[in-house]
Amino acid sequence: MGANAYDKLIFELSSPGRVAWSLGEADVPEADARKLLPENYLRKDAPALPEVSEFDIVRHYSRLSRMNYGLDTHFYPLGSCTMKYNPRLNEDMARLAGFAKAHPLAPEALAQGALQLMHELAQDLAEIAGMDAVSLQPAAGAQGEFAGVLMIRAYHLARGEKRTKVLVPDSAHGTNPASTAIAGYEVVEVKSLPNGEVDVDALARTLDTDVAAFMITVPNTLGMFEPRIVEITELCHAKGVQVYMDGANLNAILGITRPGDLGFDVCHFNLHKTFTTPHGGGGPGAGPVGVKAHLEPFLPVPVVTKNGDAYALDWKRPKSIGKLQAFWGNFGMLVRAYTYLRTMGPDGLRSVSDNAILNANYIMKRLEKDYDVAVPGPCMHECVLSARRQKKLGVTATDIAKRLLDLGFYAPSTYFPLIVEEALMIEPTETEAKETLDQFCDAMIQIARETETNPAVNHDAPVTTPVRRLDQTKAAREPNLRWTRRP
Amino acid sequence: MASRYIANTPDEQKRMLGVIGAASLEELLVKIPAKARLARPLGLAPALAETDLIRHMKALSARNADADSHVSFLGAGSYDHYVPSPINHLISRGEFFTAYTPYQPEASQGTLRTIYEYQTMIAELTGMDVANASIYDGASSLAEAALMAHAATDRGEIVLSRGVNPLYRRVTATYCEGPGIRLRDAAAPDGVTDLAAAKKLVGPKTAALVIQTPNFYGCLEDVAAAAEVAHAAGALLVVVADPVNLGVLEGPGKLGADIVVGEGQGLGVPMSFGGPNLGVFAAKNELVRRMPGRLVGATVDRDGQRGFVLTLQTREQHIRRAKATSNICTNVALCALMATIYLATLGRRGLVRVGELSTAKAHYAALRLTTVSGVSLRFAAPFFKEFTLKLPKPPERVVTRLARQGFLAGVPLKSFDRGLVDCLLVAVTEKRTKAEIDAFAGALEKAVA
Repeated sequence: MGANAYDKLIFELSSPGRVAWSLGEADVPEADARKLLPENYLRKDAPALPEVSEFDIVRHYSRLSRMNYGLDTHFYPLGSCTMKYNPRLNEDMARLAGFAKAHPLAPEALAQGALQLMHELAQDLAEIAGMDAVSLQPAAGAQGEFAGVLMIRAYHLARGEKRTKVLVPDSAHGTNPASTAIAGYEVVEVKSLPNGEVDVDALARTLDTDVAAFMITVPNTLGMFEPRIVEITELCHAKGVQVYMDGANLNAILGITRPGDLGFDVCHFNLHKTFTTPHGGGGPGAGPVGVKAHLEPFLPVPVVTKNGDAYALDWKRPKSIGKLQAFWGNFGMLVRAYTYLRTMGPDGLRSVSDNAILNANYIMKRLEKDYDVAVPGPCMHECVLSARRQKKLGVTATDIAKRLLDLGFYAPSTYFPLIVEEALMIEPTETEAKETLDQFCDAMIQIARETETNPAVNHDAPVTTPVRRLDQTKAAREPNLRWTRRP
Repeated sequence: MASRYIANTPDEQKRMLGVIGAASLEELLVKIPAKARLARPLGLAPALAETDLIRHMKALSARNADADSHVSFLGAGSYDHYVPSPINHLISRGEFFTAYTPYQPEASQGTLRTIYEYQTMIAELTGMDVANASIYDGASSLAEAALMAHAATDRGEIVLSRGVNPLYRRVTATYCEGPGIRLRDAAAPDGVTDLAAAKKLVGPKTAALVIQTPNFYGCLEDVAAAAEVAHAAGALLVVVADPVNLGVLEGPGKLGADIVVGEGQGLGVPMSFGGPNLGVFAAKNELVRRMPGRLVGATVDRDGQRGFVLTLQTREQHIRRAKATSNICTNVALCALMATIYLATLGRRGLVRVGELSTAKAHYAALRLTTVSGVSLRFAAPFFKEFTLKLPKPPERVVTRLARQGFLAGVPLKSFDRGLVDCLLVAVTEKRTKAEIDAFAGALEKAVA
């Protein structure tokens, strides 16, 4: 146990009688709430929550935070996740009282600043993606996908077509088939070519009048631009099939090419990837969805509109797919993304993609001798390596990931995409400096050497983290999902 | 112009291109067909310097009324509750807010431990066995509960009380579209669910009965009686509850709920114009393998030391793909952390105090506001911190007039329920003072005169 070792949960710090809160006395005449409410609706005993001091809390959560690798403290080359620097200005702006303390149901006349921001952000995202309209309501990428697929469904139904299938490549993110299934479609997996590209001939054979949509990630999950993408969208449209772009990899194409211009009908944006809103240990994010004009009537309600100088929420949209969350979107994230867009401007955004691509290619080049490259470059914003060579020596992608933790880096995404054996998916993003990339590459090369000379060090890793490898089987077989006092 | 968010200098770019063996950045884009390229710069507003941008953002934010600029009586799913200072400081630690989903548990024990604490606290408050790591918001949590009830019972109908927030019902309808789940409305003519009428709707096809307590109108529902109606037909009872009230109100699980969902925004999460919020989701043990979203479990490491991991992941999209219990991936982990720190701060007695103060002040406000001529309580049922007023003048106009006096008076119900065109929904949290309530009553008197 090192100097930073800490193994407490907040409940284990509890000492009856301690308080961390400060609430005034009731200043109204009838103060006994228990006399105001029916007795059988009342809680019998006070909830078993901790009793701790404010300083207990500050120290506990500060210490817990140090058990995390964050982007601020460690390089985070997680492929597909776009772990780029989260600007502090965004955080300050989201905390302005006029944003953070605004209520969603305040009269529209008293929410004009918020509505203006949403209107402008939606327009900017539409321009970036070459779409005609954008809804900011989806709370995350998966909800954006769900909304997009529902709009496609509504579009077909409005045309009197009851198509039942959605095609998804075998290299897709798991949310694609999951969102599609929840929207009521049968998911048909399309096999990719060995290089990760769409098998256009196989696709052409699969397209029929029962197919509602083809859902595809561009650049694909191997970090490559789909060279025949325009041909693919045309092929789909010829069969009345709508084409959906998973925008997870948008960081590669800002100002270079636009989904709408490639022929896509729908795409979603992950504001927590490309547009610098923080990942927060798993969320919140925001997953706006953009559509071409023919799908606009189906957008979620309400839509932010502008008439003259006045902004409003438009609910009168009879063809809408409905609502996705109670209010208008993850507004706090929208403020951050808007701040970022205004910071960068069009030239800055283009430079984002240029440098993201440069950094990924630099890593791929430096590692191509020591690891197998899934597909020859140049790549876009991320590269996929395979540890199949290392695996033959008994060191897996997991071992490499764990060893990287010991060497001071978070791990790349592993075992994704599923079509690459022992995949290591590396996305450096544009915000990392060359010396960080060099340190990471040096560490990766060191691991490759160790695999040949001292594989045990990889099998034992990690040894510097607060805990060592954890027993996942025990966790699943004997679920322990809440704390109980030890008898 | 160099960007402060990009490190590479032109010289470094050149050296990196040299290593790659490319003559220019353009050479790295060879795989993109020429006809697919954007031939012009993006049509976006030009970049602003930091000070200019701050000025612009402050001007935008100043055009919104907020809980500092006005005295707020707005609720209907988003509330101006007390937010202890440590929350913002602690969630702003980079190790928390810049971390990813804890897929590498050894390097994510901080996040995993806080989620485990969160699950424990939510399970305790709701009176359920197990809570997940969060869904987007209360409405999408309810929608997920509907899908889960459908899958668990293999039945095709959900009976929703009209006392459930209409925005939540709308979201549930969106999610039920694909699987073709039929939604049926149970009436709530007197401000609470008519359980006798609901009993006629709940039958062998019903997957779940859904009620909310306190409901959209602020009234308390009889959870135990609703549980009897649902269970008699073999259906599940889903209860929408606001966890910040559960220091005083009984956990719905103790009264027979099978699934409890709700909006956790009141637990220290800023209102932020409606999002991000905190979707609370808790259920009975027998439903755990059908639950949506992430779950954190305790286990041990190689040395036998306690540690935490994401578990039961075979439910989730990244493993099960089209057969996953839900499509959720990104959730609202940082909001769950706010709630965890909030509940640690308020603790055993503070949360009770929040509920008692809100109740007392809301009841005082109801009493005081109904002394205004022509103003009355629309429903006689017991309420908690929110109530429905009937006004003698159109609520929209009253709201506009009161805003000029510095009050956000409440939510006019016309757009939510056509039967309530003359009604205003008023919420009173522990933050309101007697002086504010008295001033509000005085202003209302003038506004409806």
